[in-house]
Amino acid sequence: MSGNGANAVEIQGLNKWFKSFHVLKDVNLSVAHSERVVICGPSGSGKSTLIRCINALEPHQEGKIIVEGVPLSEEVGQVEAVRANVGMVFQQFNLFPHLTALENCTLAPMWVKKMPKKDAEKLAMQYLERVHIPEQANKYPGQLSGGQQQRVAIARALTMEPRIMLFDEPTSALDPEMIKEVLETMVELAETGMTMLVVTHEMGFARTVANRIVFMDFGEIVEVATPDEFFTNPKSERTKEFLSQILR
Amino acid sequence: MSQRRPPRVVMPGPVEWLRENLFSTPFNSVLTLVALFLIYWIVVPFVQWAFVDAAWAGTTRDACLERENGACWPFIIQRVDQFIYGFYDVAERWRVDIVLGALAAGLLWLTLPRMPAKRGIGTLMLTLFPVVAFVLLVGGFGLERIPTERWGGLIITLVVAVTGIAASLPLGILLALGRRSELPVVKGLSIAFIEFWRGVPLITVLFMAVNMLPLFMGVSVNKLLAALIAVALFSSAYMAEVVRGGLQAIPKGQYEAAAAMGLGYWQSMIFIILPQALRLSLPNIVGNFIGLLKDTSLVSIIGFFDLLGIAQVGTSDANWATPNTALTGYVFVGAVYWAMCFSMSRYAKHLEGVLASGEKR
Repeated sequence: MSGNGANAVEIQGLNKWFKSFHVLKDVNLSVAHSERVVICGPSGSGKSTLIRCINALEPHQEGKIIVEGVPLSEEVGQVEAVRANVGMVFQQFNLFPHLTALENCTLAPMWVKKMPKKDAEKLAMQYLERVHIPEQANKYPGQLSGGQQQRVAIARALTMEPRIMLFDEPTSALDPEMIKEVLETMVELAETGMTMLVVTHEMGFARTVANRIVFMDFGEIVEVATPDEFFTNPKSERTKEFLSQILR
Repeated sequence: MSQRRPPRVVMPGPVEWLRENLFSTPFNSVLTLVALFLIYWIVVPFVQWAFVDAAWAGTTRDACLERENGACWPFIIQRVDQFIYGFYDVAERWRVDIVLGALAAGLLWLTLPRMPAKRGIGTLMLTLFPVVAFVLLVGGFGLERIPTERWGGLIITLVVAVTGIAASLPLGILLALGRRSELPVVKGLSIAFIEFWRGVPLITVLFMAVNMLPLFMGVSVNKLLAALIAVALFSSAYMAEVVRGGLQAIPKGQYEAAAAMGLGYWQSMIFIILPQALRLSLPNIVGNFIGLLKDTSLVSIIGFFDLLGIAQVGTSDANWATPNTALTGYVFVGAVYWAMCFSMSRYAKHLEGVLASGEKR
């Protein structure tokens, strides 16, 4: 799996403010192709904001973000070019409630990629099968469980055949018994070699799936480590404190 | 597996029903009695006046003078043509019949459930129908020209209302989107437009449109056209605020999901945001339509003989001078308006159910 550019995502000297609040402070991060990076940290640490900058859902004020060799800039078409390579899964699913699961998945291929309806439906069914809910294709999001909705959301993002997938706390809004099915879907996706950036509190997932774990606090990257190092031998005091709170 | 059934519901008898629903508490009993008294006090005399004591037969006012405590229906029956066509040339009224018939057929086709080819009929109603209706009503292409001054009654009311409704929804949507735009010029212009029209009474707008504008601009505009434009602009400002309310209720996540998949501004509006926003605003949109339909009666003040105007003309006709002519005319016009508004309201309620059915858990 080789993309354009040396790394899938290249972030250099990223700074972002919400009004006068400095939410991201001098963030540097490189993500290789097919790498799976889990970003964790206490709430308000800027981890969601960081991945939302990668597909320009949030504008940043300073620094460089290069996605699959395409720099995110103000130039016309750059944002669209980056978004074409990046799929996103949200905490609240954000499915379109007035469309069926299938229609949720065919909309972007049909209107962004101008794919004929028949082909788009075939493609969508293929991905709904991959997340194991082809039988729910004609149901509306309101008729599905939280876990099923999140899996439709993953299928929806995949129909655009992105090179990178961003997950913004994909299991935080789910009931405990639904978390497993979504995590399993994500593990299967990781096995296909997809580049993944995952913001999550699921430390089990981080331990088994991640190549690297990024720990953030107060808008800074405090520590980047392999799961082994991160859980057994964390270097910074803030990481230790965070782990002691989250792993009881 | 044995399943417990829910306990059987025993239907109450009439006496129990009365006790449970109408006389359950002393306060409820008082309310029931007051309501009964009001019905007796208002509805009974009205029915007496409108039906029992009313004059039905006859062709002149004499029939009504004989029954002086009841409604004068011969006045309506004799003038029903005027209520529909105004002073439209008698020989050319078939043209109006076609337009009204096509409008009614088209609306029925679109509103009745399970009719085929709704999309096709809808497209026809939005494209071909206005053109054909315009040519038929106005004339041209070999048809005799009928000046709009001779139009009246139901045609005027419907032409103003339908044009207003058809123009105000798309204009209102564009204004609402404009008001939420990030482009300062678009946003500023939208706000200025909306707040200007919402700040002036419709009646002054109509006066301005038909009297002042030709004076200032030195061009003579067709009075009806001026009124149509005024009504459309006026109601689109109100519609914009209704639609904006719906837009604001859509969670930010919907915009983000659309953007993250690469949908552009218009694509996300058309496929994601507006379908949801319009459904949310449907009750208020129909409320606006109903208000607009009733507001068309204001054109009678600027010299059009719409339904209300025709009733007023009739009441001042010496040949029909009876104590009940005016009242009968107004009751009739009121009933026609009520029937139109109530149908709209019921259809909207039905539509809300249809639109909500797919998404419910």
